[in-house]
Amino acid sequence: MPDPILSIKDLAVEFNTEDGVVRAVDGVTYDVYPGEVLGIVGESGSGKSVSTMALLGLIPQPPGRIPRGEAIFSGRDLLKMKKKQLRDVRGKDMAMVFQDPMTSLNPVLKVGHQLGEAVKTHFPKRGADEIKEQVVRLMRTVGIPNVERRYEQYPHEFSGGMRQRAMIAMAIANDPSLLIADEPTTALDVTIQAQILEVLKEAQKETHAAIILITHDLGLIAELADRVLVMYAGKIVEQGDVFTIFSSPRHPYTIGLMDSLPRLTAEEKWLQPIPGQPPSLINRPPGCPFHPRCFLSQGRARCREEEPPLRSIADGHLTACHFGEELEGRISKQMEAALAEGAAT
Amino acid sequence: MPETQSGPTPVAAAAAGGGLLAPPAGDVAESLYEHGLEVRARSQWAYARKRFLRHRLAVASLIVVTAIFLCGVFANFIAPHSYSAIDLNYLYHAPTVKSAHYFGTDALGRDYFSRVVYGIRTSAKVGLVVALLSTVIGMFVGGIAGYFGGWIDNILMRITDLVLTLPLLPLLLTAAALLGQGNEWRVTLILAFVFWTNLARIVRGSFLSLREKEYVEAAKAAGAGDFRIMFRHMLPNSLGPIVVNGTLTVGTAILVEAALSFLGFGIQPPTPALGALVTEGQDNPQAWWLTVFPGLTLVLIVLCVNFVGDGLRDALDPTQRRVRA
Repeated sequence: MPDPILSIKDLAVEFNTEDGVVRAVDGVTYDVYPGEVLGIVGESGSGKSVSTMALLGLIPQPPGRIPRGEAIFSGRDLLKMKKKQLRDVRGKDMAMVFQDPMTSLNPVLKVGHQLGEAVKTHFPKRGADEIKEQVVRLMRTVGIPNVERRYEQYPHEFSGGMRQRAMIAMAIANDPSLLIADEPTTALDVTIQAQILEVLKEAQKETHAAIILITHDLGLIAELADRVLVMYAGKIVEQGDVFTIFSSPRHPYTIGLMDSLPRLTAEEKWLQPIPGQPPSLINRPPGCPFHPRCFLSQGRARCREEEPPLRSIADGHLTACHFGEELEGRISKQMEAALAEGAAT
Repeated sequence: MPETQSGPTPVAAAAAGGGLLAPPAGDVAESLYEHGLEVRARSQWAYARKRFLRHRLAVASLIVVTAIFLCGVFANFIAPHSYSAIDLNYLYHAPTVKSAHYFGTDALGRDYFSRVVYGIRTSAKVGLVVALLSTVIGMFVGGIAGYFGGWIDNILMRITDLVLTLPLLPLLLTAAALLGQGNEWRVTLILAFVFWTNLARIVRGSFLSLREKEYVEAAKAAGAGDFRIMFRHMLPNSLGPIVVNGTLTVGTAILVEAALSFLGFGIQPPTPALGALVTEGQDNPQAWWLTVFPGLTLVLIVLCVNFVGDGLRDALDPTQRRVRA
């Protein structure tokens, strides 16, 4: 395997609140390799966004705090960088696509100028004509039609999908080597989601950037990701390549996530949610954070007492479950159905 | 896992219920442009302009105040006499068309129309420069306080509060007395020093809320520095209140300058200033023209400026959608 471009070790992010310290991210370790798409899935509040915001220095401090961890990005620790150095990295080597394109574009700046701004920030000496040319090219890359006209328009004249295209254009403006897409399609309707996926793929082809794709949409992961991290309560509970995760998950939470998707292939009256709620991040349950909701842990003292480490269960496949082996051969009903369908066609 | 890779994307089909890859539908929507079906979209400023132009009083006021200010600018062409020329044939003379003393003359026989026109020049200069200077100061102080927050905010806002609590007139009188009088620039600087506080508070409040906007975070993530974010991304978003406040400051500054000059602490003779001109009528109540003409001019200017400010406020307030008749 090539060297990772981003290597995160034991990253933790905490927030001081009136009720106590919220440990939003609690010791997360992973690598991102050049050119790959790394999907991070998890429920709301599992720490998937916060862990990447920390990389870009976008955690407001206070109340946020990064008590430990390192994030080596092309040889330098992002978490120890000075503000100025970090600013040079942001938007140039590492860029971000935000969740809501409706609010992430400045309403008083013309879209073309706003994209130019992203270039000018890092190349202040570049001439106006050159920047405009570059912006027009970017807008074409992400599939914005009528570029000449769109260039002079304001964000409110763009539809949601077009705005997200513009956001992606802004993110890839300076040829980043890492692109963080934080729920890039959540705010869009389903038909537009598919288009944006295509744009993301296209953008990756163009820039060869690695993508960290943060989402709670397993469909998106299946479509785009090469490797998957499953996060729960600020920790990674399972990690592996996308086929492994979907076809032989070894953590009960992953299976629960997949089972809770609506199934269109079978007659099913009710959704199958994971019982219970995510734990409070202020008072974590002892032992495995997932044990109160887990179908494997029932009656097992070990799950309540001992926190399972993230361990290797197969080549390149990690799980944080004491009894992951018992899930051998157990796949989600979703997958079963899909495979049956796949076999039939 | 041979089965998993058999179909093209069974995984995706399972997870999203299939059909993720629909053909892009953008072209259909875009083709509407070509057929002219699109509603012409306007920028925020286009809407503001439209709303302002509907506000008849404001538009009329803008025309009047522009005309008055232009009189001041071109005073040397408009005034029939020099503001200090003495005409001994007409001492204390009521308005007359003879010898072109339209507003009469004062005790020394100086043409009052010319003096008022030059007075407009002085007052307009003071008003506009004070508005400009105080806007710049207020923008910086309020912007930095609102953007950075924390102790910087605290220090800057306490200074603002301090300036705000100073009683205006005594302060101005003292400052004028200490710094010496007469020079219009000195008066301008003193006024600017007092008037920036309002705007600082407005800009601070606006920046405090803009700071939390997602596009500001997006700009940060794109690597923009603090000052770039402040001036490129946040300032244009708070331009509305800044423009309104700046306009109203012009009126206030002209009034306060007139008050100072009236009291004899502002601009000194022979430079004509509207406030000082009003004073001259005090000595001789029979010579009504000495008070009425500069006074009326003053009232007209300030009134119009305030109407323009009102119109701008209505036009720039995005929550105001009421259509004016």
